[in-house]
Amino acid sequence: MIRFSHVGLNYRHIAPSGGAASRHGDTTALDDIDFDIPEGGFRWLTGPSGAGKTSLLKLMYLAIHPTDGQIDLLGTDTAGLDRRGTALLRRRIGVVYQDFRLLQHLTAYDNVALPMRLARRKEVHVRADVTELLRWVGLAGRLDHRPDELSGGEQQRVAIARAVITRPSLLLADEPTGNLDDDQAERLMHLIASLNRLGTTVVVATHNLGLVARHPAPVMELEAGRMVRHG
Amino acid sequence: MARRRSASRADRIGLRAAMADRLLPFVVAAMSFLAALALAGSLAASALATHWLSGAQGLVTVEVPDPATPVSANGPHRVDAALALLKVKGLADAHVLSQQELAPLLKPWLGSAAADGSLPIALPAVIVAHGSAAADPSALESGLDKAVPGTLVESGTRWAARLEALTGSLRASAAAILVIVALVAASVVAVAVRAGLAQRREAIEIIHGLGALDSDIANQFARRAMRLAATGGLIGALIALPVLVWLGRLSASFAVDTPAATGAGTPASFAAALPPLLWASPILFTVATALIGWIATQATVRGWLKKIT
Repeated sequence: MIRFSHVGLNYRHIAPSGGAASRHGDTTALDDIDFDIPEGGFRWLTGPSGAGKTSLLKLMYLAIHPTDGQIDLLGTDTAGLDRRGTALLRRRIGVVYQDFRLLQHLTAYDNVALPMRLARRKEVHVRADVTELLRWVGLAGRLDHRPDELSGGEQQRVAIARAVITRPSLLLADEPTGNLDDDQAERLMHLIASLNRLGTTVVVATHNLGLVARHPAPVMELEAGRMVRHG
Repeated sequence: MARRRSASRADRIGLRAAMADRLLPFVVAAMSFLAALALAGSLAASALATHWLSGAQGLVTVEVPDPATPVSANGPHRVDAALALLKVKGLADAHVLSQQELAPLLKPWLGSAAADGSLPIALPAVIVAHGSAAADPSALESGLDKAVPGTLVESGTRWAARLEALTGSLRASAAAILVIVALVAASVVAVAVRAGLAQRREAIEIIHGLGALDSDIANQFARRAMRLAATGGLIGALIALPVLVWLGRLSASFAVDTPAATGAGTPASFAAALPPLLWASPILFTVATALIGWIATQATVRGWLKKIT
């Protein structure tokens, strides 16, 4: 269950613990955001550039804290989390970043293996799962390549594989099909749908309304930091 | 293309290369070298002080002018009276130095005249004794002055106390140097770690975002820093050893009864040139610098990570 209750985000006041500083001159990124996503739910997140989609996702993967309101993620009130609790909750969230955020000094294999290694999975399981997933996303021959040796689409597939390798409880994706061709985009949506059927809650931010139309699901639409449609 | 090695078991989050500061072992080696010298200085001061104090603390010297003059009309000679009193006070081994014993002591001031008895003045008799009564020279002095007026009492206890204070301050200085060296080493490690953190800032933020605990990241850096610091500590201590042996052999002449002094050139004298603690210094300093590296890195990384959400 994901629940946002009257969440506001002001970019001048993004601080680890929120804060009650003056808001004079602040830019409001999100205002009075209120929604629930049930466990195992799927939501599209749409809206024009600058509407606040990435900010909303950042709140959901705990990269920033809200200046107002309350966020419950996977049954946890995020306001009460200490650093360890935050880290452990992050492990249950898979994120596909718009800019991939791959580690340039690691190979595709090691990038995808990273979440499993952080969770201290046995190396034999890491090897099996990572190899299988990279094969599935069409990168079987690129395991030992570093990100700078991969194309944009290949890097995006590595980022997607890294996000789903631990079968997270919540999967967040920011324009995950932006660098993929139609065939690859469909394969990715098939993977995401499979995870969703297995119980993973999914939120996908996209501009691609064709993709939304091909995969019908509730839509959360943002405009100028406010939720203008949910359902 | 040959398969690249994947991140090793010990480097499960791929931060091993983040601390690439190859200068660190050399700087820590210099710190370790200085610390070894400070430790050696402290131990040498203690050893010499113990040696000298053991001889000085129980020693009393009494000078009796006009030794052959009777203390009263039918009384004993002044020297005999002083000697008897010292024995009564518990200094059983008190004895008058013979002309042969006294001559070498006076030679630096009086030359050969002290030995051939050609001096135009009468020398005082000198009595030496060892014992616990020497610990209270004032009481002894007043007793002797009453019985044999004009005697001079010289007690080792007086200058032994000053020597002890000097040794204490030397030891305190050495300890302060060790603490300062440790703090400098910790600072050097912290600077190297900060450079590594700055170099890998983006990677650390990503790893943190994936759910790495502060300890996951701090341990990666700490393992590397510990290895580099321990290497430096070992190198510094090993380089210091020959210098310490040389200094130990020099200082052996102050402790004439040690094997290093009496059997120069033998393996026994080589081993005895240093106390066991200094022979163990490569191990001690390796462990100490590893610990400093680990603690300094943990503190630095965890402090730095607090700035990341």
